[in-house]
Amino acid sequence: MKQYHAPVLSNIQVSERYWHMTVDSSALPFKPDPGQFFHIRCAGTYSPFLRRPLSIYQIHEHTLEFLYVVKGKGTTAMTRIRKGDTLDMMGPVGKGFELYKQAETVLLIARGVGIATLAAVAQAAFQQKAHCVAVLSARTEEDLLAAEYLEEFGATVYKVTDEGGTSDVSHVKQLIQEDILPFYKIDSLYTCGSRRLSKLAQSIAFDHQIPGEIALEEHMGCAMGACFACVCDIQEGREKKSVRVCMEGPVFPLEKVVME
Amino acid sequence: MIQMKSTEVNIGSLTLKSPVMPASGAFGSEMEQVVDFNQLGAIVPKSITKDPQPGNAKPRVCETEAGMINSIGIQSKGLDYYLKHTIPSFEKYDSPLIASISAESIEEFAEMASILGNHSSVAALELNISCPNLKGNGMAFGMDAAVTRSLTAEVRKVTSKPLIAKLTPNVTNIQDIALAAEAGGVDGLNVANTLLAMSIDVETRKPRIGNVMGGLSGPAVKPMIVRMIYQVAQVTSLPIIGCGGIMTGEDAIEMMIAGATAVQVGTASFIQPTALTDIQREIDDYMDKHNVDDIKELIGSIQI
Repeated sequence: MKQYHAPVLSNIQVSERYWHMTVDSSALPFKPDPGQFFHIRCAGTYSPFLRRPLSIYQIHEHTLEFLYVVKGKGTTAMTRIRKGDTLDMMGPVGKGFELYKQAETVLLIARGVGIATLAAVAQAAFQQKAHCVAVLSARTEEDLLAAEYLEEFGATVYKVTDEGGTSDVSHVKQLIQEDILPFYKIDSLYTCGSRRLSKLAQSIAFDHQIPGEIALEEHMGCAMGACFACVCDIQEGREKKSVRVCMEGPVFPLEKVVME
Repeated sequence: MIQMKSTEVNIGSLTLKSPVMPASGAFGSEMEQVVDFNQLGAIVPKSITKDPQPGNAKPRVCETEAGMINSIGIQSKGLDYYLKHTIPSFEKYDSPLIASISAESIEEFAEMASILGNHSSVAALELNISCPNLKGNGMAFGMDAAVTRSLTAEVRKVTSKPLIAKLTPNVTNIQDIALAAEAGGVDGLNVANTLLAMSIDVETRKPRIGNVMGGLSGPAVKPMIVRMIYQVAQVTSLPIIGCGGIMTGEDAIEMMIAGATAVQVGTASFIQPTALTDIQREIDDYMDKHNVDDIKELIGSIQI
C-alpha cells in the first residue's frame, strides 16, 4: 500500500450512470490482486472530502482500469478528471480473491457495480484457463455493459435485470439451480454487489459444498486500518468477530460473513 | 552557515523531538507502510478501554463540507490485549508512546492509569475525558469542572508519568475545565476532542451516522480549535496539544502561535496518508523561511 499519482489515460462515460477510467500504473512495483482496491482522492478540494474506495475492474501490465457508477459527490467529482491529469490513489489495499489454482469452472454472481469487482476475477480465471459462468444482475440492460468484457474471456453470461423483471432472488435461484448447477461442475463461487444475492450465494455454496468468496463494500474513513469505520462481523467457529473491511477484507470467505 | 534548528518541545517531563503526533483513533500500525513512525513526536494508539467493547452501529463515518463526522464508539479489544499486543508492536520505534485511556468511571480511569503508568514502554497517558460518565448522569466527565478535577486528581495519585487531559470542546467555558484539570495535577491539555455534530440524508430522512450524532473533525473545525487553544493559553501555563482540523504545516504553526506546544493530526491522514510527515516537513520549511531556530519561540507568540 503506497500513494501513487497515476497519469490518467482516459476517463469516459460509457452509459447513463457508468464511467470508465484507465490509468498508467507502471509506477506500481507489482500487479494488484483481483478484489483489492485503491482509496481514491476524487478531487483536490475539501468537498468531497474523504477518499473513495474503488475496486479494480481490469488489471494489465502497465495500466489499471476502474469502472464506477456515478452516485454521489465523490464519483460526480471523478467524472471531471481529464486525460492528462493524475489520479491520487492509495493502494493496493486489502486482501483480494484467492483463485484456486486447480479450479476449472468458477461461478460469479454479481449485482450492479459489483460486476466491476468480479470482472477482475474473470480475467484471472481466463489467464489460468478456467471457465467462468456468470450471473450478472443490474437495474437495466444498459448497466450490464461489462458482460461483453466477461464474454471476451470466454465466460458464459446470464443477464438478469430489474427492467426485465428477471432479477428477483427467487428467479436467480431457479436460474442457478436449473440452468447452471446441473450442467457445470462449479469449483468455486465469487460474489459482490448485493446483500440479497450474497445471501443466496451463501446458501447455494453451503447446500452444494462449494467454496466461495465475497467482496464487501463499505463506507470507509482511512482505508489504512486505523479508524474502524468499515467493520463487519465474521463467524469463526462459535466466535463472532468484528473485522475491518479495508484490512482483513474486502474479500472474505463466503461462509464466514455474517449477513446483516 | 549551517544553523542548528530545534523542533524539540516538552510536555511535562516528556521531551518530544517534534511537535507533530497522531491523534488517537486516527492512527494504527498498518500506517507504517506510508509513514515513518520514527519521525513522529509521539505514537498515540487508539484509545483503550478496560474491557473489550464492540463499537457503534454503522454507518460510523459520514462526510461533511471540509470535514467528517464519526461515531466509532471506541471499538476496543480491552486492556489485556493492549498490554500484550498493542504496546509491544510499537516498541521497535524510537518515538515515545502515549497511551490514550477511555473509561466509564473515575475508579476505572485510576485502575487503568496505575497499570499503564507503570509500564516501561508507556511514556505518558492521555485521559480521554470526553467519554460519557456512566456512573454519573451519562454526561462526559470533561463537561463538568468538579468531575474533571476529581478524576485528574485520582489519576495523579497512581502514576508519576506525564498526564494529558483530552478536553471536550462541547462545553460552555473550556477555560473552567482546563483550570480544573490543572488543579487536578495534569501535565498537559489536549485541546480538543471532536465537536458534537449531526447530519441527515434528506432523501431518506435518516441520520447519516448510525449513532445519530457523532464528532466533527477536519478543516471545518480548525478556527474553533484555534480559538479554544488561545482561550486556554490565557488562563494556564500548562503545555497545550492542539488537535482539530490540521491539514498543513501552516495549520500546525497557527495553533502553536495561538498557544499550543505540540499538535495532533488525525483526519488529515485519511485525506493525505503521509500527512503526519508532510506537516513536519512544512513546519521545517516555515522555520527556515522565517528564521526560527527554536520551535519553542513560536508557542503563544500571537501579536495582538
